[in-house]
Amino acid sequence: MTFRIVVLAKQVPDPETPPSQFKIDESTNSVFPPNGVPPVVNGFDLNAVEAALQLRDAGADVEITVLSAGSEFVMDAMKKPLAMGADRLVLIEDSSLGNIDSSGTVKILAAAIEKDGPYDLILGGRQASDWDQAHVTLGLAEVMGLPLVSLVQKLELNSDSVALQRVIPDGYQVIEAPIPVVLTVTNELGEPRYPNLRGIMQASRKKPEIFTLADLGFSSGDLAPKLELKKLYVPESNRQVELIEGEDEPDSGKQLALRLREEKLI
Amino acid sequence: MTSILLVAERDGQGEISQSTLQAVAAAKSLSDSQVTVAIEGDAVKSGASLAVEKIVTLSPTDSGDAGIYDKATYDITSLISLINPDLVLFNKSDFGSVVGARLAFRSDYAFAADCIEISSTVTGLSVTRPVYGGSALAEFEIASTPAIVTLRAGAYETGTDTGSPIIEAFNSDGSVVGQGATTTDTVAEARDGVRLEDANFVVSGGRGLGGPEPFSLLNELADILGGAVGASRAACDAGWIDHSYQVGLTGKSVNPDVYIAVGISGASQHMSGCSSSRAIVAINKDGDSNIFKEARFGVVGDWEKVLPSFLATVRDLKA
Ligand SMILES: Cc1cc2nc3c(=O)[nH]c(=O)nc-3n(C[C@H](O)[C@H](O)[C@H](O)COP(=O)(O)OP(=O)(O)OC[C@H]3O[C@@H](n4cnc5c(N)ncnc54)[C@H](O)[C@@H]3O)c2cc1C
Ligand SMILES: Nc1ncnc2c1ncn2[C@@H]1O[C@H](COP(=O)(O)O)[C@@H](O)[C@H]1O
Repeated sequence: MTFRIVVLAKQVPDPETPPSQFKIDESTNSVFPPNGVPPVVNGFDLNAVEAALQLRDAGADVEITVLSAGSEFVMDAMKKPLAMGADRLVLIEDSSLGNIDSSGTVKILAAAIEKDGPYDLILGGRQASDWDQAHVTLGLAEVMGLPLVSLVQKLELNSDSVALQRVIPDGYQVIEAPIPVVLTVTNELGEPRYPNLRGIMQASRKKPEIFTLADLGFSSGDLAPKLELKKLYVPESNRQVELIEGEDEPDSGKQLALRLREEKLI
Repeated sequence: MTSILLVAERDGQGEISQSTLQAVAAAKSLSDSQVTVAIEGDAVKSGASLAVEKIVTLSPTDSGDAGIYDKATYDITSLISLINPDLVLFNKSDFGSVVGARLAFRSDYAFAADCIEISSTVTGLSVTRPVYGGSALAEFEIASTPAIVTLRAGAYETGTDTGSPIIEAFNSDGSVVGQGATTTDTVAEARDGVRLEDANFVVSGGRGLGGPEPFSLLNELADILGGAVGASRAACDAGWIDHSYQVGLTGKSVNPDVYIAVGISGASQHMSGCSSSRAIVAINKDGDSNIFKEARFGVVGDWEKVLPSFLATVRDLKA
């Protein structure tokens, strides 16, 4: 029997944007994407896609569905999980989804998963690199009444359970969880694979399946945020660096040590 | 009046942790606050003089629930319904992040993670949290109660007030709604020397080191100065050093007197973990690198040339 995996993936502004190019439009409390830098699939979500693909590599018969809620999807970005080897892309697209908070996101993701059919495993990323909240996946487990294991760095499939390693500050925990279960995946799992040419070709032929809010039985009024964003701004920094210049690089190293000593820092 | 439930954590010695003491200070900064502290296990020495109104003890968790937190989520959910606080405060620790989020979504309460500031407003609470990896700050207003908030370590200074709280045991009805995940083992690495989080001196290496070998130079420096070694995520992801050395938003937070970043570009997510250091020192060959916007002292240069003479001079100074 096919084992069905749902991977939650969010489209986010590229987090590798240099801080100097990070700009905010304070009149609308939103981020200006720097010119020409396209959005990406959240990095930890690609780790989750990788986790699902590793289960397939280990011999399991899996179907991998990537699910995302958002607005203004950029298909080149969103198809990356398909190019890596995922089977389906399901998008919940609505212009109002740019402004909801995670309580709304959790409700619509839960409804979409229930509607899309049976599932054995729900994988999410550790956190999304836009709002850095790290709670949509945890909230989803609660709302769906499923067990939850966060920060998974390793997983193995047994017939009706999963064997997991969960990252803690100086090591890991070994955990057994029943199926179905919700997991959040962290980068310790390993780098997501690069799509190969065949994967890219296959992804380009696949069409995303689209759910509207109405398909899921919601209107945008049902998703009023609990947290109201009042202000989004770039904090001011007034740090001024003192550059140490010696006669050559080794001398700079020496002068640096002497300067730190002078300041009683070492 | 602002009624606050603060969920305490312990340090390695079993006493109330520094982060919890900071959360007490945050709670006391709100106007007319009444603070109840919940803590697993007995109330300990450091609890008896805590500057709060009440301490509620919860029965301890067994090892099978470690990292799953079914029991704490259940107990604290029950406690919230009993005392109806306006605000529930957690540390942004592993425990706080999981339990806070789970109980908030279980009961449909508002949840704000990793906050650095909390204040009362006419209509409720206002919280500020770093977003976009720390490139921006977002200020939110929360009108519904209770608001569940996790607080970033170091955001508040611990206060000096003391008190004499009433101590009570809270016995939940014992019917924990477990979801069936069980922890069977914990594999933790014993680390010699100073913990990264407690170190007064930290030297971290990044992608610019080019491989695992240069970390031995960093180790030498840390040994001489009685400090600890850290790393950027890029260095950890490359497998040059274990992930438990990672400093940053999704790694450890450090606040040493001196933080030396070698071959690290200073991405906002990295700086989130070290920006409260007293002095940041950068060694990087690219003068335009963001790390020089955050550092107090810096050398623009190749670490292969700069670091050995730096190390030799430090060794002489310490001899
Ligand atoms: C959600 C999220 C969470 C994250 N969490 C963390 C986190 O917790 N911690 C973290 O560190 N990162 C984190 N990151 C990653 C972060 O965005 C950066 O990618 C990472 O910090 C870069 O590491 P680096 O500075 O070592 O590498 P790079 O950015 O590649 O920088 C390498 C630097 O080395 C310099 N260099 C190269 N050769 C030399 C030489 N010979 N001598 C001197 N200098 C040299 C270069 O000039 C460059 O500045 C996170 C990212 C996301 C999206
Ligand atoms: N709009 C969304 N669509 C799909 N998945 C999401 C969405 N928002 C969050 N997630 C998932 O939840 C994880 C945690 O997100 P967050 O709580 O926003 O940090 C992400 O890594 C994704 O896996």
